[in-house]
Amino acid sequence: MDIKKLAEIPKSYLKEMIGSLSKMEKLKKFRFFSGIHFTDTVEAINKKLEGYSKVNRESNNVWRKVQLSRDEKRPQCRDYINGIFTDFIELSGDRLTGEDHSVISGLGKIRGKTVAVIGHNKGKNTRERVYYNFGMSIPQGYRKSQRVMKLADKFGFPVITFIDTPGAYAGLEAEDNGQSGAIAQSIKLMFELRVPLVAVLIGEGGSGGALALAVGNEIAVLENSTYSVISPEACSAILWKDASGTRLAARALKMTSKDLSRLEVIDRVIHEPMGGAHNEPKRMIRIVKKYLSDALGRLGKYSGEELILQRAQKFENMGYFARSKKPGQDKES
Amino acid sequence: MEAFRENLRVCPYCNYHDYMGCRERIDITVDRDSFTELDSDMVSVDILKFYDLKTYPDRLREAMEKTGLREAIITGEAAIEGKSIALGVMDFSFMGGSMGSVVGEKIKNLADISIERNIPLIIFSASGGARMQEGIVSLMQMAKTVSSVRRVMDKNIPYISVITNPTTGGVSASFSTVAHIIIAEPKALFCFAGPRIVKQTMKKDIPQDFGLSERNLLNGQIDMIVDRKQMRENLAKIIRLFGK
Repeated sequence: MDIKKLAEIPKSYLKEMIGSLSKMEKLKKFRFFSGIHFTDTVEAINKKLEGYSKVNRESNNVWRKVQLSRDEKRPQCRDYINGIFTDFIELSGDRLTGEDHSVISGLGKIRGKTVAVIGHNKGKNTRERVYYNFGMSIPQGYRKSQRVMKLADKFGFPVITFIDTPGAYAGLEAEDNGQSGAIAQSIKLMFELRVPLVAVLIGEGGSGGALALAVGNEIAVLENSTYSVISPEACSAILWKDASGTRLAARALKMTSKDLSRLEVIDRVIHEPMGGAHNEPKRMIRIVKKYLSDALGRLGKYSGEELILQRAQKFENMGYFARSKKPGQDKES
Repeated sequence: MEAFRENLRVCPYCNYHDYMGCRERIDITVDRDSFTELDSDMVSVDILKFYDLKTYPDRLREAMEKTGLREAIITGEAAIEGKSIALGVMDFSFMGGSMGSVVGEKIKNLADISIERNIPLIIFSASGGARMQEGIVSLMQMAKTVSSVRRVMDKNIPYISVITNPTTGGVSASFSTVAHIIIAEPKALFCFAGPRIVKQTMKKDIPQDFGLSERNLLNGQIDMIVDRKQMRENLAKIIRLFGK
């Protein structure tokens, strides 16, 4: 048995591994006495080891993608706004209780047409990250985006959103202020807009906080972006009971652009320059600009009713399930 | 113990509302024998081939054996004091009441029935959130359910959400909070991020009543707190007021 291979195996599998290994040791002893060969068992265990290291390799690859999607050198919402829209003016405040810096919203022009732009911004250094609260929004942020969406709806401006957040902020004040309600209302409002809504996942798409900007007629995701119901870290903490399963969770959650496209929860994958968006940010921004103007062209043909219907149908058709008559035999059939 | 059960699983001394399974809750809420279940044959599929320490099909099978249910929600048509309603009741004991594709689809079909028959929609929530084992697809159920109940609300059909302990995460941030009227049981936990996570983020102690109905009422997040014993009566009153 190759000890180096053992070291590569995630801890959560070790228990099972140790079980099989000790079995093999016992068999060896047995062979010593009887002379029977157990090469099959050794092979089977080796095969299992191979399987584990394959899973391990894949997990590491996905984990690298997760890290890349969070890389602070990737172009952020602010960069896309500066690079794509002309005459941009930023709009602040939710007109109720406050202002949330983690969401940037405003009006600007793309190819001569006014649009509303809303997006999470994470910041590129410590000071910025604290200012933007790491891209984690509080209810004020979601309500601000609702206000700007309503404004856009009133004036017939299409809405473009950039999504890049670890998730909604989990704080006492945020909860007291109705974090759940703010997210739910944002989702509901997006189903009511009579203007086109294009959502672009530019980095990390974390859970409900991301979905609160992502109910689009078209949803695009950059090649190295992720979109997930829960972060791999939190998933591991719940299901593996510690951090040991983080990488395995990242693989299991199917959060990469390729998986998202296969599961049909997004409409388009936007390819990034070689090695990732951070290598050629200017080119990345140009690619996104091209995509956005094409998408607005495509959606511009539809009426308000058609856009509402398209969004509702698209999201209400998502989901996989089966029907079976006899309980208890569902999974085998 | 018998007294406790007769008292609808509410402690007669401290008014603590204990967990109640969905079958029992339907029994105490609607008119006798008025409930007809919808989509009773719907089951989850393992689209992601998800496994952590156990596989998703294993977890589903265990949950089915433990609870005798096939999913975390039962939906159907029923009547309260003779008035027809579309009713959905979640059960926390089935994988933490988590919302996957089946919960989403059942709520969508329930909303369709509510619109088709022009009857009020009532959903009792009890859930830890979206079902991790269905990954991104479970997140999409948040949008799906909001869209479904929105169509009901758009038709001026009353939609009443009843929050039971606990309702958090993806369920609290979707269909359960967009309702026309939100009712909660006493001391039910109703928040987005659970107390443990908030405590971790804040790096200090949080108030004892964090996320509970009473605090939510003070913060303006829910309409009213109603004891389990009065729930049926109260729902009937609301239905009468809306004239449906």
